[in-house]
Amino acid sequence: MDSTLKEWLLNAVMVVALLLVPLWAWLANEPFIITLATRIAILALAGVGLNIALGLGGMVSFGHALYLGIGGYVAGIAAHHAFHGTTVLGLPGTNQMLPIWAIAMILSGAIAGVVGALSLRTSGIFFIMITLAFAQMGFFFALSWPAYGGEDGLPIFVRNQFPGLNTLRPWEFFLISYGVLLVALGLFALLRAARFGAALMAIRQNPDRVAALGITPFGVKLVAFVLSGMITGLAGALMADLTRFVSPAMMAWTMSGELIVIIILGGVGRLFGPVAGAAILVGFEVFFGGLTEHWKLWLGLVLLGVVLFARGGIIGLIAGRAHHG
Amino acid sequence: MADPVLSLEGLSKSFGALRATDQVSLTLLPGEIHALIGPNGAGKSTLMGLISGTLAPDAGSISLGGQDITALSMPQRARAGLGRSFQVSSLIAEYSALRNVLLALQAHDGHSFRFMRPVMRDKALIARAQAILARVGLAARASVEAGALSHGERRLLEIAMALALQPRCFLFDEPMAGLGAEGTARLVDFLRGLKSEAPILLVEHDMDAVFRLADRISVLVYGRIIATGNAAEIRTNSDVRAIYLGEEVAS
Repeated sequence: MDSTLKEWLLNAVMVVALLLVPLWAWLANEPFIITLATRIAILALAGVGLNIALGLGGMVSFGHALYLGIGGYVAGIAAHHAFHGTTVLGLPGTNQMLPIWAIAMILSGAIAGVVGALSLRTSGIFFIMITLAFAQMGFFFALSWPAYGGEDGLPIFVRNQFPGLNTLRPWEFFLISYGVLLVALGLFALLRAARFGAALMAIRQNPDRVAALGITPFGVKLVAFVLSGMITGLAGALMADLTRFVSPAMMAWTMSGELIVIIILGGVGRLFGPVAGAAILVGFEVFFGGLTEHWKLWLGLVLLGVVLFARGGIIGLIAGRAHHG
Repeated sequence: MADPVLSLEGLSKSFGALRATDQVSLTLLPGEIHALIGPNGAGKSTLMGLISGTLAPDAGSISLGGQDITALSMPQRARAGLGRSFQVSSLIAEYSALRNVLLALQAHDGHSFRFMRPVMRDKALIARAQAILARVGLAARASVEAGALSHGERRLLEIAMALALQPRCFLFDEPMAGLGAEGTARLVDFLRGLKSEAPILLVEHDMDAVFRLADRISVLVYGRIIATGNAAEIRTNSDVRAIYLGEEVAS
């Protein structure tokens, strides 16, 4: 079978399975399963963001937890002020997801713009270290910010709301997360196939060649980095609403590592790589986490296997290597 | 005499004590092929780097179509009309030949910040790319990944990408390298036809090809141009014979 067709079928299976499993759980009254599926969808969304920078642009950001945390704190802080009827920077809080998402994306994008403008002048290990340094700055800032809980984190007492849906019901909150994920996947597919994606993927492979054609790699990479941060920031806002809690741990370097692991497990640069990767990660956490507290050891072995023997991740293993036409 | 398309004025570049480029002045006139030859280590690569913008000169200036481009970056020079090929084929390895040319066309059009329209459904753009591939004889290889093309095909794809830029002048760095006799002969014919579209500054080791093609030849030795002239003048120039062509001419 043609490998492009194979990948499309595989993607379709994931789209349907990610919807049908929680649907079944909803009918069978298994809210825990729905929450797991929601977690997969949100982690996958964060991964779609990172996949733009890392997968398409080859920018190994080891600090994407920063944007996850920014999105999370936007949701947490907005809900906090809405709950207490206080203001922040002269503005009232809000418990509405849509404005929260907008602010989370704008703020994540702005910070990603600053981080990108400084870090994209370097490459390789220096780029990795600078992105990590910025995320650590965010982590310690959140840790030492008593107004919003400091190291104790900030609870969201009532999940933020979405017009026309009851977000407190797991199934309906899942549908929101799933819908956002599908939109993000659609945008990823569009920009990858468009001229922007063509330039970005070419820059990953051969920046000097692209520069000699008259395209400035820095500008293309910076825009990609900002878009990447925005989508991961949006995932952060949803993540905070899922757990109804936001803490500095969301910005920890281990979280940045987890996002990279998701991409590598699923398949770097593949449209559904983050979905497959997030499903594997959450699956391991649940199945092996129930057997042993050292489940990350087994995940590590799988990661080792993927890096050594299946560089294209699970998607590459099943559908073959990527084709750019 | 017509105004030069590309002109170098007193260009110098040193690496420590080594003067890799020493007061080089050179012009590329409309419709000509100007070849740059010189023994290994003469500073040809440094000079190509200075012109294309990978290196910054210590002194001197470069102008393209009357515009001073000395301070411009490599992408800016490309947009100003400098179409270069690389000494060692430099392509987008995972992209098909077609997509490599599409990328060059996209760069020439100046629209890389488009996020919605799929490139592979842009029929007009694809038709242009296929026409260019056909010109260099790669039409049948359009869908092959650049990394899987033969050495000679990669050289041709380099040329195709330069064509797509529709530059004011071409900068070809050893395009014949490794092409074989037949490939070289075909490329010589092709370049002869191309020079009327835009003049070519050609760095080439294949002396046969250079003497057949070049309207003018400049000889670079130790970073300096020791002679410029047509093929006959260079062949008979005593300095060139002594320093560069010595053995070949003697035999």
